[in-house]
Amino acid sequence: MSWETVIGLEIHAQLATRSKIFSGASTAYGAEPNTQACAVDLGYPGVLPVLNAEAVRLAVRFGLAIGATVAGRSVFARKNYFYPDLPKGYQISQYELPIVLGGNIHIVLDDGTEKDIAVTRAHLEEDAGKSVHENFDGESGIDLNRAGTPLLEIVSEPEMSSAAEAVAYMRTVHQLVRYLGICDGNMQEGSFRCDANVSVRPAGEQQLGTRTELKNLNSFRFVERAINYEIERQIDVLEDGGSVVQETRLYDSDRHETRPMRSKEEANDYRYFPDPDLLPVVIEKEYIETERAKLPELPEARRQRFIHSLGLGVEDASLLTGSRATADYYEALIASVGGEYKLAANWVNGELAAALNRDGIGIADAAGSPERLAGLLVRIIDGTISGKIAKEVFEAIWQGEGEADDIIEARGLRQISDTGKLEKIVAAVLADNPDQVEQYRSGKHKVLGFLVGQVMKATGGKANPGQVNQLLKQKL
Amino acid sequence: MQRQTIAELSRQLQDGSVKSRDLVERCLTAIEGPGRQLNAFVSVCGEQALVAADAADELLKAGRAGPLTGIPFAHKDIFCTTEVATTCGSRMLEGYVSPFDATAVARLREAGVVLVGKTNMDEFAMGSSTETSYFGPTGNPWDLHRSPGGSSGGSAAAVAAGLVPAASGTDTGGSIRQPAALTGITGFKPTYGRVSRYGMVAFASSLDQAGTLTLTAQDAAMLMEAMAGFDPRDSTSVDRPVPVYTDELNTSLAGKRVGVPREFFDEGLDPDNEQRVREAIAVLEGQGAKVVEVSLPNLGLSVPTYYIVAPAECSSNLSRFDGVRYGHRHQGAADLESLYKLTRKEGFGAEVKRRIMTGAYVLSAGYYDAYYLKAQQVRQLISEDFKRCFAEVDILAGPTTPTPAFLLGEKTDDPVQMYLNDIYTIGVNLAGLPGISVPCGLVQGLPVGLQLIGPHFGDTAVLNFAHVYQQQTQWHCLMPAPTGTPDAADNAGGAS
Amino acid sequence: MALYPTDVRQIAHLARLEVSDDEIADYVDKLSQIIDLVDQLQQVDTGGVVPMAHPLDMSQRLRADEVSEENQRELFQRNASAVTDGLYRVPKVID
Repeated sequence: MSWETVIGLEIHAQLATRSKIFSGASTAYGAEPNTQACAVDLGYPGVLPVLNAEAVRLAVRFGLAIGATVAGRSVFARKNYFYPDLPKGYQISQYELPIVLGGNIHIVLDDGTEKDIAVTRAHLEEDAGKSVHENFDGESGIDLNRAGTPLLEIVSEPEMSSAAEAVAYMRTVHQLVRYLGICDGNMQEGSFRCDANVSVRPAGEQQLGTRTELKNLNSFRFVERAINYEIERQIDVLEDGGSVVQETRLYDSDRHETRPMRSKEEANDYRYFPDPDLLPVVIEKEYIETERAKLPELPEARRQRFIHSLGLGVEDASLLTGSRATADYYEALIASVGGEYKLAANWVNGELAAALNRDGIGIADAAGSPERLAGLLVRIIDGTISGKIAKEVFEAIWQGEGEADDIIEARGLRQISDTGKLEKIVAAVLADNPDQVEQYRSGKHKVLGFLVGQVMKATGGKANPGQVNQLLKQKL
Repeated sequence: MQRQTIAELSRQLQDGSVKSRDLVERCLTAIEGPGRQLNAFVSVCGEQALVAADAADELLKAGRAGPLTGIPFAHKDIFCTTEVATTCGSRMLEGYVSPFDATAVARLREAGVVLVGKTNMDEFAMGSSTETSYFGPTGNPWDLHRSPGGSSGGSAAAVAAGLVPAASGTDTGGSIRQPAALTGITGFKPTYGRVSRYGMVAFASSLDQAGTLTLTAQDAAMLMEAMAGFDPRDSTSVDRPVPVYTDELNTSLAGKRVGVPREFFDEGLDPDNEQRVREAIAVLEGQGAKVVEVSLPNLGLSVPTYYIVAPAECSSNLSRFDGVRYGHRHQGAADLESLYKLTRKEGFGAEVKRRIMTGAYVLSAGYYDAYYLKAQQVRQLISEDFKRCFAEVDILAGPTTPTPAFLLGEKTDDPVQMYLNDIYTIGVNLAGLPGISVPCGLVQGLPVGLQLIGPHFGDTAVLNFAHVYQQQTQWHCLMPAPTGTPDAADNAGGAS
Repeated sequence: MALYPTDVRQIAHLARLEVSDDEIADYVDKLSQIIDLVDQLQQVDTGGVVPMAHPLDMSQRLRADEVSEENQRELFQRNASAVTDGLYRVPKVID
């Protein structure tokens, strides 16, 4: 029997605010335990929440970017359950009336297939704290620094049919939230993570199969692995005549398997109700329009522009728009290289990407600013240096040796295009290699390459290879 | 024991005829002496009070004092205070010292009042008799065998007995007005949102409102000028200027319209109590107010509505008491679930547990629409009833309670009978309105109250009507006879 | 509506309250009375009535995104009975 998979994702993106969603405590990562948990975050008797304006603004920004409806009125509700990382015994979230409704995410798979994934909703909520299990003699330690950090939970429709699509969706949302500057996207620090709802059904069947919810997927690789593991597990269960149990499962990345979460064994009854400490969030149309006007060009629109206006290939355009910083860098670069968009794309996606990758730094920290790289490309375009020499110059720029022109001068890397000078060298090379000259003249034209090489060697690589070719042919 | 109003004491402090230290010492002596048998206080902070009194006396001497500087005061033990424990009448918070002050506490301290202690209350304000307190019941100064009402029973008893000139209270379903009525004093519940809820341990967030227990409406107005006002820490706090309530106290009632809801005079109302309230309304009429009958057709639904909304909110508000960060903790729990369940079993009393369970039930899967949503709709109907009335009248008048003070123990085993005692007060909380109870006479030697209810932000009018009434009557000056016989003291003693 | 002991056990568990066997009967009795009281509302026609979540017709005020709270861990943890290395201690949390 053949099976098809249905996947929906719930992405949790930590919003890039300075303070928490309902308190004035800092959201900075990595502080000593419980030093960034104030009375509100700790759920002290008598404290009350007050909503952070920036969290609202960032959620609106996201909604507008995905073409969603920003709710004129949204309501915070309490989700009630007991857990040690949840100090109040309830999480403040949005339930019936979320701030963002609908919208779409356009994904492109590695094979070039494109697809729109519908977003059901995105709502604001507070994050929980963390349990620490090490060195506690069978007890756990609770750190509430993260409690109250603003989250945007982005819920997709169950419209993905493979782990690859799920990963592409997650990458696209990841790219988008960073483009919008609403989330730092740092997955190691838990700023961007997701839960996946996975089910399988016989191919062609309309009814959805029983789903499981996979928790705690904090890297693209884990999303892919966990979903693939889960798909196989569910198919095995069904093919053995069993049935899938609706449950929450935790992905264990060490063992590469999913297992039922013990803490979620009993069906939860969250007893949602509107939080009486908070009033409805009213967002005026005017505010929405102001925020809409402030949106940057979005990655998909930019990608299309790179393809259609700059004539770049799909792959180059996708790579360049992978992050806002890369695309901005590229656009700064092409401002001063005439119409050589492809050359610029090759350098950003080639040498520059390799260097960044090698040194493990982001493009914003690159020593070769777009202006410096432009200075280099200009010299390739005007023939001052060859592409090969340019790599040497780039390396020097990367090491902080200054502008391309200075490096070319200082190292004497200027291409020799003075015909008189080259003619002398060519004559000398021909005189030194009578055998090869003879071979060429007897029809073995392949030997030309050798002679070009000799000329290049004699000039330290600075001769213009095209010119050398031409001269040699003339003399021969 | 002598009772004096804030207004009188303020005059004496300002003209130097009395010192704050003297007043505070007098209070401390009364609390520790004859007041003991009332069990009105959960804690007393004498030393700090004397230091604060001396500071107040310095300000008075320097001519930099406000009208409340040096006035001894007690807070209901639901308000978080940094200088003394805040127990909320619960074992769960026995000995708990808050790391911050409630906004109302900070504002009153800023205005110069001197905190002498914290008063007893029904556990987490859940009760109408002060009998659910972990620290034992409070006695009514008019009869120690009777309840002073609740949940602000400690504050009411303390003011009625003259242990302090005034105290704070909170009112979720009548918890200021009902004990004020049953102890013969003035209890004012402002419009919801007028006094910050920050630092008030939450019972039912959409209903809770802080207010005052005083001898007169004038004293309530004086305190409100300090307590009320916008607080950025409370999202439900109203950002609009605080009127100078004391300026409007003597406004004439001539031509004003008083609505008398017919549902306030149903068969549950004690006939003598009704008589006292009708006499009081006649006094208002005598001042030129026009009295008209009005109707609150859904008032009868206010008790069942309240007993869905309030438990639902409380069940969630009290989930934070888990033994981890503060408060009582069961020692030696084998696992997390036992830690929670045993901590909460030991920390909460029976009434609190019943309300938490009721709340969990009405919110649980499959019941939300039938109970919680339904209650929110009926709440709307009740609120609309009031709005309709206020389109016609300036104020509503009726009884605060159906009967005078009941005996301690009389209703403790029958929660529903206890709940029904709040029939006339609960609607006001559901609608978020201001209300006051002022003494309007005696029934079988026990005080009863006239309740006056205003529209949203009609606090000024409520205080004005109450003050004009008190200018015409002496019921608020009536004091209980000095308390007690030894056996009565034992009865009221309790566990503190 | 009368509650059964199983209902009481279920809601006590939801609310994380230990209720011993000898307490059950009393809770069943009293909670049933309370539910009977609130069941009066079932008779009310509320068709088309907008639920009222809050007494005031206001919208949520927003706070500027500023860090206003300082570290007060030591003060806060004075109230906790089990703390190690700044962490609140609880019996083992099992995912």
